[in-house]
Amino acid sequence: MTQDGDGLRDSSMEGSELHRRLTAIWSTPSGLWGALSTVDHKIIGRRYVTTAFVFLALGGVLSLLIRLQLAQPEARFIGPDRYNQIFTMHGTNMMFLFAVPVMQAMAIYLVPLMVGTRNIAFPRLNAFSYWVYLAGGLLLWIAFAVDTGPDVGWFAYVPLAGPEYGAGKRADIWAQMITFTEVSALAVAVEIVVTVFKQRAPGMSLDRIPLFVWSMLVTSFLVIMAMPAIMVASSSLILDRLVGTHFFNPAEGGDVLLWQHLFWFFGHPEVYIIFLPAVGMVSTIVATFTRRPVFGYLGMVMALIATGVLAFGLWVHHMFVAGLPRLGESFFTASSMAIAVPAGLQIFCWLATMWAGRPVFKTPFLFVIGFMVIFVIGGLTGVMVASVPFDTQVHDTYFVVAHFHYVLVGGAVFPLLGAVYYWFPKFTGRMMSETLGRWIFGLIFTGFNLTFFPMHILGLQGMPRRIYTYQPEMPWSGLNLFISLSAVILALGFLLFFVDAIRSARSGSLAPANPWGARTLEWATSSPPPPYNFARLPVVDRLDPLSDDIEAVPVASGLRVDRRELLTSSVVHASPEAREASPGDSIWPLWAALASTLMLIWSIFSPWAVVWGSIPLAITLIGWFWPKGVPEDEA
Amino acid sequence: MKDKVVIDLAHLPPHGLGTASQSWWGTLAFMLIEGTGFALAIVVYLYLMSLAPQWPLDAAPPDLVAGTTLTVFLVLSVLPNILVNRWARQQDLRKVRIGLIVMSLVGIVPLILRAFEFPAMHIKWDQNAYGSIVWVMLGLHTTHILTDLVETLVLTCLMFSRHADNPRRFGDVNDNAMYWNFVVATWLPMYACLYWVPRL
Ligand code: HEM
Ligand SMILES: [Cu+2]
Repeated sequence: MTQDGDGLRDSSMEGSELHRRLTAIWSTPSGLWGALSTVDHKIIGRRYVTTAFVFLALGGVLSLLIRLQLAQPEARFIGPDRYNQIFTMHGTNMMFLFAVPVMQAMAIYLVPLMVGTRNIAFPRLNAFSYWVYLAGGLLLWIAFAVDTGPDVGWFAYVPLAGPEYGAGKRADIWAQMITFTEVSALAVAVEIVVTVFKQRAPGMSLDRIPLFVWSMLVTSFLVIMAMPAIMVASSSLILDRLVGTHFFNPAEGGDVLLWQHLFWFFGHPEVYIIFLPAVGMVSTIVATFTRRPVFGYLGMVMALIATGVLAFGLWVHHMFVAGLPRLGESFFTASSMAIAVPAGLQIFCWLATMWAGRPVFKTPFLFVIGFMVIFVIGGLTGVMVASVPFDTQVHDTYFVVAHFHYVLVGGAVFPLLGAVYYWFPKFTGRMMSETLGRWIFGLIFTGFNLTFFPMHILGLQGMPRRIYTYQPEMPWSGLNLFISLSAVILALGFLLFFVDAIRSARSGSLAPANPWGARTLEWATSSPPPPYNFARLPVVDRLDPLSDDIEAVPVASGLRVDRRELLTSSVVHASPEAREASPGDSIWPLWAALASTLMLIWSIFSPWAVVWGSIPLAITLIGWFWPKGVPEDEA
Repeated sequence: MKDKVVIDLAHLPPHGLGTASQSWWGTLAFMLIEGTGFALAIVVYLYLMSLAPQWPLDAAPPDLVAGTTLTVFLVLSVLPNILVNRWARQQDLRKVRIGLIVMSLVGIVPLILRAFEFPAMHIKWDQNAYGSIVWVMLGLHTTHILTDLVETLVLTCLMFSRHADNPRRFGDVNDNAMYWNFVVATWLPMYACLYWVPRL
């Protein structure tokens, strides 16, 4: 044991002694208080993923209600007002409470492990972001339960959502839910950027970063650049509704299209905020199950970055029917088609990898194949609606509903389900069932296509979206019944998935550290990882730190074991710069989240909430940051 | 399994300064977020202007006195701010304490001047879209001054407490100084937009 100038070091400590000391310093105490104040990225990540899947299930129930109502013409099951709330809730819930958070949640768990560090950067901010996210979700769903759910569609167009037509508090609930989820998403994005920039294992230079981590880095920058737009939009909407500003009021110099520009300047990148992490998951799974690195690493990284940049040049394609200058439309058509290039490049890289390798068709890999098929179809219809004349024809019909579910479910949910099967052993220490997994894949893949493919036809036959019923004279009832029955197959698949996940978490077979023979660092530690992730930080000298010819990952020593300590390294080469303390558990992030919740909900009703509500918020923030004289504060 | 130790990190400092610390990068990332917010506010301003038959809508251009004084003051405030930053880097506790007290006072002045800026706009937020955007821009920037002021006050208290003499605190002072520069830098395009674009 060495006792250098400061603190006790791990340098000559043996395995069990090291484990004992690290556990003492890093573990989360049991009990309620421990659970509320933990800042362990693995615990918070698991919480985040679970919560997001609960929202997926809730949103799924809503979509079944929609399908029940539309199964036959002139059904009386749901009235028009409830129906408006239901499709708005479904879209809002799926986008803001499920798809974006679940991707960030996977990153909260995985990125620190994959870059070989002990906790995420700003772990308390991470805890705060979870509580804020949860509060936003509860706000939306409680409002829905008391018949005040938003009913203005998931993009809340004005003037429908403005003060003139959107009476009551429904649109405000929508707008403030946006604030909650964007605050939490922005916080997580900052954490991930800094974790990837500053906390990579020594030697993990830019060209050795795993593709999933690259994808999350690009995604985080998209969040940082895109989410302020929706916060500006939703805040101005609340101001218009609460204190009589005129941003969206044409009578007083405002403009309704301003809303659409602001919304889609965020909304289009949003699609890539959901899709790029999925791309990273696909690359990871393809590499593992073909037992070779993904073909064209550099090209893959460039494609990710190019997609991220192009994502900001596309928003107007959501507004083609709004009447814009001709030249503008041509530009946005061209850029909408250009984005197919990096997407196509990546697909070819994956295909080349599979071609050259010997694929093992385990469940995660099946979901990847499902992704490729469905996503390519979604991409094709995407190129179709990128052309203005065609879009004018199918705008606001079920063709568009079919298109974006192919992209969203195919492009994000399939890779995500594959990722859950793939990383489940790491998260829980247990395997999910391979037999059930195949059934689940089969049901979801079949159910999905039978449900959504016919919607293309319905759309071409002119069935508008967002209608609560239709007349029997319309030629739509046969297909609608078919779709609703198919949705039952899809729902069964998801139900089985939840059953498998819950059952396996309790009693699945125990997982070894690296059940798939994968090559990224999260598999270099036990399943599930100890609270400190790595007893000694790994040292990286190649793209695949766990490739077959390696016996044991080389490691670094010299960190303290009497405070939470990790390593910061340089941005490009990841050469060690400092031993840095990582903040310990704290209850203050929860208090700060509660103070924010109070302020945000109150401000739906009174502008003074911003003044009075900021006082408790400031107090909790000071409590959060004021030093407590713990070893982590030493320098 | 025996660990193969290839690097010893024991000689590294127990805390990173400047670009070696996470908080420096975190501050930068938050500046990027807020900078995007400011840029969007300006874009909204220009967008609304492009639609309007005349600009400003039903109001005279804003009076220059309060806004210009504030701008000059903010630019000058960068000087003491740079000094505090330098002293913090030298870890000179005595000078940092003085500098923080000065910066706390410096943070209060723009709030007073701001109180004169709102009436100088000759319009209320609920009169028309022009009024709405100028009030929101001023308000947005005011919250940034206010946040930084509160942060500076808390830091000042900290530097007089037993936690003061710690490189970590000096790093906090550096980050806070960087943030003030940001608050000043973002004001300049806002000032040009609010006061001079209507005079074009
Ligand atoms: C898994 C089964 C799903 C089914 C059966 C389903 C079904 C539907 C249907 C029928 C509509 C159209 C409602 C209408 O226009 O009246 C709809 C809208 C929508 N869905 Fe889904 N959906 C599912 C999953 C998802 C997922 C996973 C996402 C996002 C990640 C999503 C996002 C949306 C959005 C954004 C809308 C538009 C809502 C609006 O018009 O405001 N859906 N869904
Ligand atoms: Cu788009």
